[in-house]
Amino acid sequence: MTDTERTHRPTDDNNAGAIAQLQAAWANLPGWGALAAVNHGTVGLRFMLTGAVFFLIGGVLALMMRSQLALPGGTVLDAAQYNQMFTMHGTVMMFLFAIPVLEGLAIYMIPKMIGARDLLFPRLGAFGYFCYLFGGIIIIVSLLAGVAPDTGWFMYTPLSSSQYAPGPGADVWLLGVTFVEISALTAGVELSVSILRSRAPGMTLKMMPIFCWCILVMALMIIFGFPPLILASVLLELERAAGMPFFATSGGSDPLLWQHLFWLFGHPDVYIIFLPAVGIVSTLIPVFSRRPLVGYGWVVFSIALMGFISFGLWMHHMFTVGLPAFAQAFFSASSMLVAIATGIQVFAWLATLWSGRVVFALPMLWLCGFLVVFVCGGLTGVMLALVPFNWQVHDTHFVVAHLHYVVVGGMFFPLMAGLYYWLPLFSGRMPSARLGRWAFWLTFIGFNLTFLLMHLTGLLGMPRRVYTYEAGLGWEWLNLLSSLGSFVMAVGVALIVVDVALHFRFGRRAGHNPWQADTLEWALPTPPPTYNFASIPRITSRHPLWDDPALPDTVNSSTGLLANADHGRRETPGTDAVTGRLQAVFHLPTNDWLPLLSAAVLAGLCLALLAGQYLVAVAVALGTTALLLRWSWVNGMQVLRWSTDKPGPGDMKLHAQTTDGPGVWGMVLTLMADAAFYLSLLFAWFYLRTVSPQRIIPEDMAVDLWAVLACGLLLTLAGGVYLNTVQRIRAGSAVALTARLLTVICLGALHVIALLWIMWASPLQSFTLTHDALVLFMLMYLLFHSALSWVVTALQLLRVRAGYVGTQLPYEMVVMQPFWLFTMVVFWLSVVAFFAVPLAWPA
Amino acid sequence: MRHSFGVRTKGSLTVFAAIIICFALSACSGPLSTLDPAGPAALAASRLWWGIFIGATVVLAAVVALWLFAIQRDPRSGTPAQPTGAEQTTGEQPATGEDTRLIQRQHQAWIIGGGIVLPVAAIAVLLMFSIPTGSLMSNMALEEYQAQSAEPVLRIDVIGHQWWWQVTYLNTGSNTASNPGPASGAQADIRLRDEIHIPVGVPVRLFLSSADVIHSFWVPRLGGKLDMIPGRTNELRLQADEPGVYPGVCAEFCGLLHAQMKFTVHAHTPEDFAAWVRSQQTAPDANGADGADGNVAQDQDSAQEAEND
Repeated sequence: MTDTERTHRPTDDNNAGAIAQLQAAWANLPGWGALAAVNHGTVGLRFMLTGAVFFLIGGVLALMMRSQLALPGGTVLDAAQYNQMFTMHGTVMMFLFAIPVLEGLAIYMIPKMIGARDLLFPRLGAFGYFCYLFGGIIIIVSLLAGVAPDTGWFMYTPLSSSQYAPGPGADVWLLGVTFVEISALTAGVELSVSILRSRAPGMTLKMMPIFCWCILVMALMIIFGFPPLILASVLLELERAAGMPFFATSGGSDPLLWQHLFWLFGHPDVYIIFLPAVGIVSTLIPVFSRRPLVGYGWVVFSIALMGFISFGLWMHHMFTVGLPAFAQAFFSASSMLVAIATGIQVFAWLATLWSGRVVFALPMLWLCGFLVVFVCGGLTGVMLALVPFNWQVHDTHFVVAHLHYVVVGGMFFPLMAGLYYWLPLFSGRMPSARLGRWAFWLTFIGFNLTFLLMHLTGLLGMPRRVYTYEAGLGWEWLNLLSSLGSFVMAVGVALIVVDVALHFRFGRRAGHNPWQADTLEWALPTPPPTYNFASIPRITSRHPLWDDPALPDTVNSSTGLLANADHGRRETPGTDAVTGRLQAVFHLPTNDWLPLLSAAVLAGLCLALLAGQYLVAVAVALGTTALLLRWSWVNGMQVLRWSTDKPGPGDMKLHAQTTDGPGVWGMVLTLMADAAFYLSLLFAWFYLRTVSPQRIIPEDMAVDLWAVLACGLLLTLAGGVYLNTVQRIRAGSAVALTARLLTVICLGALHVIALLWIMWASPLQSFTLTHDALVLFMLMYLLFHSALSWVVTALQLLRVRAGYVGTQLPYEMVVMQPFWLFTMVVFWLSVVAFFAVPLAWPA
Repeated sequence: MRHSFGVRTKGSLTVFAAIIICFALSACSGPLSTLDPAGPAALAASRLWWGIFIGATVVLAAVVALWLFAIQRDPRSGTPAQPTGAEQTTGEQPATGEDTRLIQRQHQAWIIGGGIVLPVAAIAVLLMFSIPTGSLMSNMALEEYQAQSAEPVLRIDVIGHQWWWQVTYLNTGSNTASNPGPASGAQADIRLRDEIHIPVGVPVRLFLSSADVIHSFWVPRLGGKLDMIPGRTNELRLQADEPGVYPGVCAEFCGLLHAQMKFTVHAHTPEDFAAWVRSQQTAPDANGADGADGNVAQDQDSAQEAEND
């Protein structure tokens, strides 16, 4: 066998035995049991395939829209149908395709690139997938039932309020999209913790592939960027279902509050979509230039810069609402400054291509398409950032053209490049060259025909979201050609699907590492086994496969780190976030039905709310809570089995025996998302008090400050005891652990009762005044955290009695510590924001 | 021409150039065209457009040309790399050694020059042009006009409804510089539906709000758009330079018949406009301006909202 044809089978009996044990520990259950799979390969593929299906659905919606617009006075769709089509096209593409497909790619690829066996919260990831699947199904079914949302994918109020959108469509959007967003948040937490804590030993941050940097920043952006939309959706749904006037002028609010909250999410969202795609570009270009990427440090810097700046651009979607001139100038400048981050990367790629010897394979063709289309889109973006020009073309087809150039050019083309690049890794075969070229050119030409002319259509005055137009405005030929182009592009996309489908049968065998790439995933056999690496590699360079051509043999043998699996556990190394030094062994969950069950029950909750069956919804919510708490209980039972094992080299402990495992990191990152949610609430509160033109601020706060202070005192006492207990456990002392936890539980119960009493007894006018509605919502938020802290601590007490928690297993208490701290901090912050500030600065 | 996986470099550039030229030369005029300006605001915006269009085309062409050239360049010999004609690489190992200092400095220059200096310079130039244009478009030299002219500036209230435009003229000649807002509803005289009449050559003040959902007022040939948001009043200033009829559209999706929500702006010479005003005032009910829910209370509501701004 030559080097390129070796399949890296184990070469002796010991090897074979160890491999077999690894396979047994990591196998999916047979048949329908595969639905219980939690390993990243399966979950990642599911995300990508489901995303592809939603993409095709969104594409069909687009074709129907273009058919309607091909001729003036078209009769393919009526106004009501068209409004559902364009709303659904945007919603499906943005929420059900773009983010999930990239998440799926990241979930699939990250452990392989960082030298790990799996991501660190496998069941969370599986749960996220099923939330996505069920939420997506609910949204699509609404279209088939004729009650799809029809107020635009950004759902501006008051059009989306119950007065002007009385049907279930808007509720489908609000509940369905929020359900789907759970999957984004789970992916965000899982990917960021995994990238930081489970890289192969020796992989410092500086050696991490650029794709991993992109995903890390993307994951952090999701954590901070999605909560504003979740808050807005919850508030709007409460307004629609319960009449709490969060956005209605009748209560004193301002429709622009929705726009601020939406775009606070919406702008980072497009960079969340863009970053993984440029990660793909930065991965492929060095491989096809056959040299390392120029300016690695610069590129990392620009990725982080892009992540930050993208949170400061959102008002450029609102230049026509009547913002103060200063705000317009600021957001105009910041929107253009992000071009620096993009420019650095473009020139790094140019320099790499320039000083490399480029191999022009099919992925490179897609990257050329990316460059042309994306740079064009970026340039029209800079144009749109100029306020006076924006005043002319905002809400016209110019913007439609721009957004498709950046999204198709900046995400879809790199995604196709990545598809063709990584397909041989997954299937072991190459796709067709000829069919691939036809697919590319039809897609590229079709896309440009559709959208290049559309810039002119917008300049000639055609607004967005119009189901038809009159003849004689100069728009006829432009629309006809755009519609024609859309069908050409559809054929191109169809050819991609055909090519991928056929290559499984007819594709030429790829051999090992056909592109001669440098990153770790190419060391694996094709298709990669569930556990990725039989032996975890030790990393000494940024380009492991270029610098150590024998690496594939090492990682597929059974002589290295964590190769032994006779204990039947799923294990991956736990390393330091910056240096990559090996610190512990992380043991991971195996196949489990709880993620699927939990998501199914949540889907039931979503449907109950949609149907307006609130009693049923409450029952289902309680059931969900019970299920999730059961999940957390089961989590610990694995630990007990192996509580005294020492699996790793030297004295490596299992992470449950430490105080620094993935759980703490996951908790902290989730709390950061929670904090973003809370800060968005504060934004709404201060917006109401300072900016809202119709604001109504009552003379006196309906909630009694002294009662709140007393309630807070109880909380602080309870939390204080808990934190102190954790400190002692860390120091190795479990004296009076039960008594201490009982104290926390008693104080906590008193606190929760006090909080409930405050909510019940205060004369809040939450159904007429925005002010009081926000106060009540804040109290509900605090109640949620206090109640959850209380319940989990009560569970902790039970677990102490059962022996799952103690000085040998301090882990769980340490994980809950940040949550208690957070509960206390938001309570006192609320006292400051909702009581102290209004007293100091009356409205 | 090189054939390598379908990239016929010269051919594709020609096609692309052809598209650009057609794009640039095709009809720019139309009743709703921003490229056929009939007022100073639209004119300023269209000039800005042509400037950025040319700049963007140059940048796009330069970047694409650089990219394509960089792909075919072979750094060892300076001649184009040999096409492989195969799916795989040639089997030679990639170059992973350290770049020489000279090359590192060149790379640094690329990144700093292209990634930082170029965007910053471009942004500075763009802001230099766009900020004055924006100022012109939003102010429309109103203060200068008020200082020089004896004529009061026309003030018109426009309320958006699903799916029609309620137009109310607010001055009955009592406007002064110290009374900048719309007058109270009791002084309203002319009411129209889906049409506005203005004199040419002078700025007019439009006070925009909505009775239901968010709409947006846009007359592309005269100027930019401004949203009509319930609970607030936004002021738009427009001026037409030539007599004529200028169509306007609603530019914010507002529900089922958003596509049908249109209006027209009729610009008259000063004499014709005065005659028109007289004709409206002598037959106040002849224009049927009350609309679907129309009543005096509605007008007072809108004026009340305007005063709360």
